[in-house]
Amino acid sequence: MNSEPIVMGIETSCDETGVGIVRGTELLADAIASSVEEQARFGGVVPEVASRAHLEAMVPTVQRALDEAGVTLADLDGIAVTAGPGLAGALMVGVGAAKAYSLATGVPLYGVNHLSAHIAVDTLENGPIPEPAIGLLVSGGHSTIMMVEDLAGEVTQLGASIDDAAGEAFDKVARLLGLPFPGGPHIDKAARDGDRAYVEFPRGLSAAKDMERHRYDFSFSGLKTAVARWIEAQRAEGRTVPVNDVSAAFQEAVCDVLTRKAILAAKEHGVETLLLGGGVAANSRLRSLAVERAEKAGINLRYPRPRLCTDNGAMVAALGSHLVAAKVPPSEMRFPANSSMDVTIVSLANDLF
Amino acid sequence: MLVLAVDTATSAVQAALVEVDGDELFLGAFRREIDSRGHVERLAPFIEECLAESGRSKSEIAAVVAGIGPGPFTGLRVGMVTAAAFADGLGVPVYGVCSLDGIGGNTRGRALVATDARRKEIYWAVYHSGERQGEPQVGKPAELPDLDVDYAIGEGAGKYAQELAMPAEPEAAYPDLVKLVELAGPRIRGGEPSEKLTPLYLRRPDAKPARA
Ligand SMILES: [Zn+2]
Repeated sequence: MNSEPIVMGIETSCDETGVGIVRGTELLADAIASSVEEQARFGGVVPEVASRAHLEAMVPTVQRALDEAGVTLADLDGIAVTAGPGLAGALMVGVGAAKAYSLATGVPLYGVNHLSAHIAVDTLENGPIPEPAIGLLVSGGHSTIMMVEDLAGEVTQLGASIDDAAGEAFDKVARLLGLPFPGGPHIDKAARDGDRAYVEFPRGLSAAKDMERHRYDFSFSGLKTAVARWIEAQRAEGRTVPVNDVSAAFQEAVCDVLTRKAILAAKEHGVETLLLGGGVAANSRLRSLAVERAEKAGINLRYPRPRLCTDNGAMVAALGSHLVAAKVPPSEMRFPANSSMDVTIVSLANDLF
Repeated sequence: MLVLAVDTATSAVQAALVEVDGDELFLGAFRREIDSRGHVERLAPFIEECLAESGRSKSEIAAVVAGIGPGPFTGLRVGMVTAAAFADGLGVPVYGVCSLDGIGGNTRGRALVATDARRKEIYWAVYHSGERQGEPQVGKPAELPDLDVDYAIGEGAGKYAQELAMPAEPEAAYPDLVKLVELAGPRIRGGEPSEKLTPLYLRRPDAKPARA
């Protein structure tokens, strides 16, 4: 290999069929086919609908990515694929495709962790990640604080949501407010014209006793219930619900607790870099609050542009490229799709199942 | 011409290399494991093993044939996406064949081919002298119409033998990969363009969101 590795990444853990191609930390292509419009009819992700769409979109999306990048399969130094966590049936389509492409081309295959890929994608925008770093990953599927000692293999979880993911709370509250799915962008938009202090919604796991047992964990199901009760009470008294204000107040409760705990984790672990990732990291209030608090705490905050925060193939390619560069051994053909893959498994090397 | 065939429409994970020489077909190498949850782990290694065992190179493969179901969706899709991506990676065409035909194509007389559709249902079709009569169906084994068949064959026949009106073959039968290649034979020999593989979905997706 005379220059930086060219790596293709395949992502099918939820409802986006993503294929990205990178050269080193340079993004060459980011092709996505999404079934989100179809999913919107159901108000959530239907696994079978997602899996059907992945199968339809897989080969055409690979072709689109190759065209966009101006490379052929023969040019690749690695093929990376999300092996987990995610929806089992959806993961299997991507893993099956990646294995077949690797078999047909002889290009080494890397089965990788979706969560670490959310961290790695930041390299495409902001270059190599200083290690150690703390990652705050927030999306419809995860709300996790990760410790990244070495992105090529040493990642641990400091905390996570004990019930709903933050993105789920956005979807559910959006539904309560009559806003469309997916809820995040709509709540973000409504909240811009709302009063963040209109109601004080609860901050989960922030009381002193919870901070002992669940120092870096989150809980969003109580918040969702509190919003539902508040709306019900308003309606019972014949008042109209101020959608903008409720959106702003709800969003504030989520972003407050997410950023507070992530900064706390960084401070208490003596880590100077905090990374944001996942679909909810595209939320404007989460970003501004994180900027404000990171600055105050003297922490270096990094996040990629919104398009790279949501699930895509580029993030998988970015992690693959990092693994190739770090000379991590590729995965064998027999690795499974693991819907509950542990965060500590960055990639499935031969001995890691 | 060397053809790769795969089928994952039943609990059998299957891959084979089949040599197509005019009208003659020869089975080069074959792997099968009954593992209804192991499709994604097993199929790619099976293809590797078939190549190694037959001493052939993947670049000799001229076409790929895949069973397109009907079958329980998750496993079925693994075989189909593997076939489509492998063919795309090699730059050769891929063709789809109804998986039930891989069983029914080998039957004589009037036969019911039934595979396990889970949820106490079967995928089924009737064959007359190895020719399928009509489109494949899904339904409860005890609620089939009067089919006037001599016997039933396939995983679904064995599993629901008590509920079926006709005698069931005691031995399990899975889609025969050589038969699938034979059925795609005219397309292979004619060098027909690659097909977009769409599974024979006989049910609508359950519309229950994952994160409700
Ligand atoms: Zn994600």
